[in-house]
Amino acid sequence: MSVVVLGAGMHPWGKWGRPFTEYGVAAAREALSDAGVGWGDVQYVVGAATIRNGYPGFVAGATYARALGWSGARIASCYAACASGAQAIDIARTRILAGLCDVALVVGADSTPKGFFKPVGGERPDDPDWLRFRLLGATNPAYFGLYARRRMALHGSTPEDFAAVKVKNALAGSLNPMARYRGTVTAEEVLASPMVAEPLRLMDICATSDGGAALVLASSAYARRRGATDAVRLAAVSTVTPTFPSTVLELPEFATDSRAAVPAPERPFRAAVAHAAYEEAGLGPREVSFAEVYDLSTALELDWVEDVGLCPPGEAEKLLRAGDTALGGRVPVNPSGGLASFGEAIPAQAIAQVCELTRQLQGRAGGRQVEGARVGLAVNQGLFGHGSAVIATR
Amino acid sequence: MTLAIEGWFVIEEGGTHLIGTRCASCGTVAFPPRSGFCPNPGCESESVEAARLSRRGRIWSYTNACYPPPEPFVAARPYTPVVLAAVELAREGIVVLGQVKGLTVEELEVGMEVELTHGPLADGPLVWMWGPVS
Repeated sequence: MSVVVLGAGMHPWGKWGRPFTEYGVAAAREALSDAGVGWGDVQYVVGAATIRNGYPGFVAGATYARALGWSGARIASCYAACASGAQAIDIARTRILAGLCDVALVVGADSTPKGFFKPVGGERPDDPDWLRFRLLGATNPAYFGLYARRRMALHGSTPEDFAAVKVKNALAGSLNPMARYRGTVTAEEVLASPMVAEPLRLMDICATSDGGAALVLASSAYARRRGATDAVRLAAVSTVTPTFPSTVLELPEFATDSRAAVPAPERPFRAAVAHAAYEEAGLGPREVSFAEVYDLSTALELDWVEDVGLCPPGEAEKLLRAGDTALGGRVPVNPSGGLASFGEAIPAQAIAQVCELTRQLQGRAGGRQVEGARVGLAVNQGLFGHGSAVIATR
Repeated sequence: MTLAIEGWFVIEEGGTHLIGTRCASCGTVAFPPRSGFCPNPGCESESVEAARLSRRGRIWSYTNACYPPPEPFVAARPYTPVVLAAVELAREGIVVLGQVKGLTVEELEVGMEVELTHGPLADGPLVWMWGPVS
C-alpha cells in the first residue's frame, strides 16, 4: 500500500495582495481537475496555515473547504513554518496509509506584505521571534548572511559562486510559467544589486511572494480503480526535529544549544531531515535524479547540495561550476527555478516543491524537463526547528 | 540605566556579562536563561542555576543590516547599518548572537576574538553587544 499524487495544481506566484483564499482555491480546483476527481469525492482536506492573514489563515483547512463549498469532508489545518505544506502532505498521507480515507486534498496559499517578514504584531517579549527584531534587528536575511559568510570562511566560496547559483536558477525559472520572476539574469547584475546583509545582495535573497499550490493524494488502490496505474508515488516524508545539541544558529534563535556536555550530533539539522527521508524511502543520494532545495539564499542552496548528500561538504561549488546542478546536468538542483524565481509563499512552498517533483516525474515539465527523472527529492527548512524532506518516485 | 531585557545580562564596573543557566548535573549551558529543567534530553536534572558566560569568544560568523530592520526594532535616524556577530564561547560550547559595537563589518573576520560590552538601542534601553577586545 502506498500513497500517490493523483493531481497537482498551482496558482502562479506573484505579488498582488489579493486574499490568499483565492490563490488556494484556484490551485485546488486545478489539482482536482488534473486528478479527474470531483470536489464531492474528496474525503479529507488539509490546509497549510498562514499566520499573516488573520483567523481564516489559521483555520486554512476549513477556509478552503468552505470556499470550495461545504461538502461534509473531514478537515485539518496545520502550521509548521516553512514546512507547513510538507506537514499538511504528511497528515493526509498518514490518514490514507491508516486506511481512514482513500483520497485527500492538500492546499497551501499565502498573501504576503511588501518588504522584510515582520513578527506578528503587539508587544510580546516572551516570543523569541519578536525579541530578535526588538533587541538585534535580526531579520531573516541577517541569518542567511551569517550562513553565507560562514560558508565563505569554511569552504572559500565567493560572491561569484553565489551569483552563479542565481544565474542558474533564473534560467530554469524563465522556463516555468508558475514562477514570479521569468527573466534570465547575468552574474554582473547579481553582483551589482544592492547589498542587503553582508555578503548577500538583493538578488542573492529570495523574495516574499503570493501564491498557492495543491495536491490530490490517494491510495494506490484508489488510483488504480480510476485507471492511474503509473502515478507518482510518495516514497517518504520526513519532518524530524534537530537532535540536541543543535550547534548551528537557527532562526529565530539568540544562541545555539551547548555542546559542553554532549557532543554535536553526527548529522546537523538539514542533513538529518534528508537522511530520515532516504531511510524511509530505502534510497540514497546516488539514486536522486533531481532535487528541489530551499534556496532562501543563493549560498544556502550550496549548503543544501551538501546536506542532502549530492557531494561531500565544501564541494558544492565544484558541482555548480561543472554544470552538474544545472538543467541538463548530472543532477539538476531547483529545476523549477527555486525560491530564486518564485519567492517564498510560506504555506504553499513545500507543496509547490512536490508539484514540481510530480510534473518532472510525469515527464510534463516542458522546457525544464529533467531527462529520465525517476527519483525526486524536495527539502525545506523553517523557523523553530521545522524542516521537511519529501521523496517521490516513478 | 534601563536594560532592554531583564535577566539576560548585567552591567558592572568590571564589564558586561551575559547570564545563562548551567545544569548542576551535566553542565549543559543555555542562553537565554531558562527555568525548570536541563535542555539536554539525556539529563533528568531539574536543577539549573544562573551562570555568567565567558566575556570573550571568537566570531563564528557575522553580517549586517544594510536596510533598517522592521518594527519592533527602532532604527536610528539617519540609519547606520546594524552589524551582527555570532560568537562562539569555547568553555560553554555555544554560539551567541549580538549586535557589534565599535567595529565595522569590514573589520570583522571569522575566528577573530571579541569581548562582551553593551550599548543603547536607538530608543534608549541598553542591550549586550560584541566589541573589540580591551
